[in-house]
Amino acid sequence: MATDGRMFWRLILKLTISIDKMIAHAIFFYTFSIIAVVSAIMVTASKNTVHSVFFLILDFISISCLFIMIGAEFLGMIMLIVYVGAVAVLFLFVVMMLNVAQQKNQWFAGQATSKHIPVGLIISTLIFFEIIIVIGGWKYKPEIFDINNSLASTSVSNTHSLGQVLYTDYIHVFQISGMILLVAMVGAIVLTFRQRSGVKKQSYIKQISRERSEGVEVLEVQSNKGVKIDD
Amino acid sequence: MTEIGLGHYLTLGAVIFSIGIIGIFLNRKNIIVILMSIELILLAVNINLVAFSIYLGDLAGQVFTLFILTVAAAEAAIGLAIIVVYFRNSGTIRVEEIDKLKG
Repeated sequence: MATDGRMFWRLILKLTISIDKMIAHAIFFYTFSIIAVVSAIMVTASKNTVHSVFFLILDFISISCLFIMIGAEFLGMIMLIVYVGAVAVLFLFVVMMLNVAQQKNQWFAGQATSKHIPVGLIISTLIFFEIIIVIGGWKYKPEIFDINNSLASTSVSNTHSLGQVLYTDYIHVFQISGMILLVAMVGAIVLTFRQRSGVKKQSYIKQISRERSEGVEVLEVQSNKGVKIDD
Repeated sequence: MTEIGLGHYLTLGAVIFSIGIIGIFLNRKNIIVILMSIELILLAVNINLVAFSIYLGDLAGQVFTLFILTVAAAEAAIGLAIIVVYFRNSGTIRVEEIDKLKG
């Protein structure tokens, strides 16, 4: 009897865990996606540009939480590092450097603005419903919706398996993306580089190419008269 | 409702994509917000790719999300550099006043 009872409770526990997994997936999905959608709206709608950068950061964080939850841990972490750590900080830096935060970003004011509102709304709702129609029109295999069927259940970790394909099958694309980063870096530096006049700087070429004849001069110093050096 | 499938993630991607397009059209004051809307659009594409990759069990989607991330970072850097140079030369980055190309 005791073993039977234990079996029964173990079964109940297993059942609740499996139900809870599903419900937890739903709860976390809706939480993060609502945060993501609201912050995406706030990115476009907030009057202060600094606030929209912060909402962009919140959006990236919630989407990377979704990625980690769904099983793409490596991409979630890379999203955090690249977007929140680099791109959003770059945006924030530029917004604060250009001092455009004070210029109010009112998109309901002015003639030029109100002209564009219906066009934008129509085009975006059209695109949204087109995507929804395409998504809804597909016929899925039923096992697609089973998350246990996916990569998350394999024994190799997500990062490990990504590395296995990234450096073998996709090595050329990987190197091309490195070249893109290099070109972007060179381009950004070339665009923003500015030669200032009137700034004292070392010129290495000038220093190295100095000759003895133009640097040193031997003078006969006469007693009680001295030598005038600068003239 | 509680069964979260591929369609939920694709719908989330569609919603964020549309919000990005609304942001490009409605924002007429500040060109940096337009760049941020483009980032939102790329993020929506990434959501689609990752969702397909996970639910179909194919790693190619995640690999290409990585490349999209790279291109998005490069694009943000170049775009912001252009904006900085433009602001230095003309003193404004308001969208209505950027009309030097007479487009």
